[in-house]
Amino acid sequence: MAAVDVQRVRDITEHPPGLGTRKFKDAAFVIWGIIATIIGLGTLVALVSELIHDGGHRLSAAFFWSFPSSEAADAGILSAWVGSLLVIATTALFAIPIGIMAGIYLEEYAHKNPVTSAIEIAVNNLAGVPSILFGLMAVGIFVQFLGNPNRWFAFLPEGFREAAADMFGQSILTAGITLSLLILPVVIVATREAVRSVPQEMRQGALAVGATKWQTTQHHVLPYALPGVVTGVIIGISRALGETAPLIMIGGLTFVAFLPITRPGDAAFEVIGAVDEYGAPVTPDATESVRIAHDGVVVLPDFTEMPVVGGQTYDLPHGSTVQSVATWGDAVASWSPTHWLGSEFTVMPIQMFNWTSRPQAEFLEIAAAAGLVLLGITLLMNGTAIFLRYRLRRSIKW
Amino acid sequence: MQTQFFKALSKIAASAAMVALVAAPAQAQQAGAPFTIQIDGSSTVFPISEAVAEGFQQQTQGRIRVAVGESGSSAGLRKFCRGEIHIADSSRPIRSSEMATCAAAGIQYVEIPVAFDGVTVVVNPSNPLRSLTVAQLREIWSTGSRVNNFSAVGGPNLAMQLYGPGSASGTFEYFTEAVNGTARSSRTDYTPSEDDNVLVQGVANNPGGMAYFGLAYYEENQSRLHAVAIDNGNGPVTPSQATVRNGSYAPLSRPIFIYVNAAALRRPQVQQFVQYYINNAATVSERVGYVALPAAAYTAYLQRAQQRRIGTAFGGRAAIGASIEDVVARRLVQTPVND
Repeated sequence: MAAVDVQRVRDITEHPPGLGTRKFKDAAFVIWGIIATIIGLGTLVALVSELIHDGGHRLSAAFFWSFPSSEAADAGILSAWVGSLLVIATTALFAIPIGIMAGIYLEEYAHKNPVTSAIEIAVNNLAGVPSILFGLMAVGIFVQFLGNPNRWFAFLPEGFREAAADMFGQSILTAGITLSLLILPVVIVATREAVRSVPQEMRQGALAVGATKWQTTQHHVLPYALPGVVTGVIIGISRALGETAPLIMIGGLTFVAFLPITRPGDAAFEVIGAVDEYGAPVTPDATESVRIAHDGVVVLPDFTEMPVVGGQTYDLPHGSTVQSVATWGDAVASWSPTHWLGSEFTVMPIQMFNWTSRPQAEFLEIAAAAGLVLLGITLLMNGTAIFLRYRLRRSIKW
Repeated sequence: MQTQFFKALSKIAASAAMVALVAAPAQAQQAGAPFTIQIDGSSTVFPISEAVAEGFQQQTQGRIRVAVGESGSSAGLRKFCRGEIHIADSSRPIRSSEMATCAAAGIQYVEIPVAFDGVTVVVNPSNPLRSLTVAQLREIWSTGSRVNNFSAVGGPNLAMQLYGPGSASGTFEYFTEAVNGTARSSRTDYTPSEDDNVLVQGVANNPGGMAYFGLAYYEENQSRLHAVAIDNGNGPVTPSQATVRNGSYAPLSRPIFIYVNAAALRRPQVQQFVQYYINNAATVSERVGYVALPAAAYTAYLQRAQQRRIGTAFGGRAAIGASIEDVVARRLVQTPVND
């Protein structure tokens, strides 16, 4: 009896059926995983080290605070990163509320019927549409249609048409709306996934004690879905940040040596009277009494300059430009979206694209430096997403 | 219940107000914003326009903003004829179809050649090929060409690797018209790229490489490329600032242009900018790798801008082998000229 037992124990420990194969499979999977990771990380490391090698030495404070220039040594990315930030802010403003609301509606409110299914398929397909097509659509709708109100909307009041012409066309608003449409599917799908992952018992509990559907959504579903929603939003925004093709389509410019917003200390200009689209006075003979706030210079319509003394009142012809130094007040006021939404713009990827096509080798270096900055911004945003998700997850108590 | 309802309502109102603040067209928002001169068009002309715009904004201390885009000659002129921009950069004269579009939209233009560009044919420095006749170039680049070895055009026994600009480029259009006789007709079995640096790399790394692009790219990469002298019947001429300017580098040197909206040119801001452009075109174009026109031509064009003389000197046709003295003297027309 005992001998048989020993034999069986030995069989079990020494010859388990298929153990060798299973151990081999285990090891093979580990090796395969390591190789896959190395390929992924290696590409990233190669990319970053290439960028650092080419452009690292070009990174300096001056690079961030200078406008682009035809001299590579003087060129910087000020208008590009400010433009990128403003475009992204506009994108977020449209994409986040619309995307989240659409996601919640589709998941919580919409009845399951063929129409909802069709919408669902459409949203998923939209996520795969090439970005250049969004650019084409934007050129048609925002640049040529809404940007030409005098041609299409002659029946509307003139002030309204002027405002539309100012805001649309090749502007930050157009770029922001286009990119928000581009990332909307990403935000919607992420929101739906996040909302779906909230256990059904949460809703039933809230509904059982008499909460309305919106109260349930607002107080119970949304807070728990938030980490997932935030992730989706940040992924979408990161995509929009690197997008070039649709912005080139709608006319993102390459050389912009001014900022849509004002910094304190910048030269600030105020044009007297109404001016037409070329900046010439509508009624050239009219004058206006203007009290000058600070000592400075007034440029008359014929481009002669006239020194002025602060506190005095002058009769200035329409079309004159009062030049002064922007104060902190002016700078803060210029942050109002109405001030910059209609402005021309450039963004980081367009600036890089332009620099890489120059013959001079120095421009390739600053393009690499701009690439590093763009990469840094993306990393920063993803870092923020991870941090937010961690904080939000921690605050969830099931 | 009631208070919660109002709380929710006020939240909705607040968010609606925020959206309205953003979306509402602001009536007087442009009051403080300086006027922006909008330039768009050819990427060949872009470096000149950019440098001029930079200098002008420094001079006017930012009082007049200038924004420059580079969407290509055709796209630029399309926008120009829709009245979307004030100045169009173009690496070729306006076409008859574009003249018609502009005329239909009531847009008149002042044509100003700003510099010369020499299209340069390059090979790898290890290639002993030194010159080609225009006929040989045509043999290589014409539609359906089977020339795949330099020995066919008097060179070494070496397989050709052809590179060229993409079909959207003005350089492609000019080269095909000048060499093959018809714009846009070319053999297609070469590596095209809109990025001239790709062409430079291709030729520099390939002993059998051959490409053509603007003079600036050759001058920046002289150590890695060799420019082929072109023989137009008067002996081989090597492309350089001097041979492009005196017209002996034919037929591959071409004028490049800006087209200014004539109505916009009435405005002091635009007039001031265009005059600044013409006065600085010589120095700027040489700094960024192009060839300046003779001083007399700039004087003539300055007058043309001041007097706002509208029309084109090319009648809707290409500018093959045009000498600048000849072009300056030509009559300006607003309708296409047929032979």
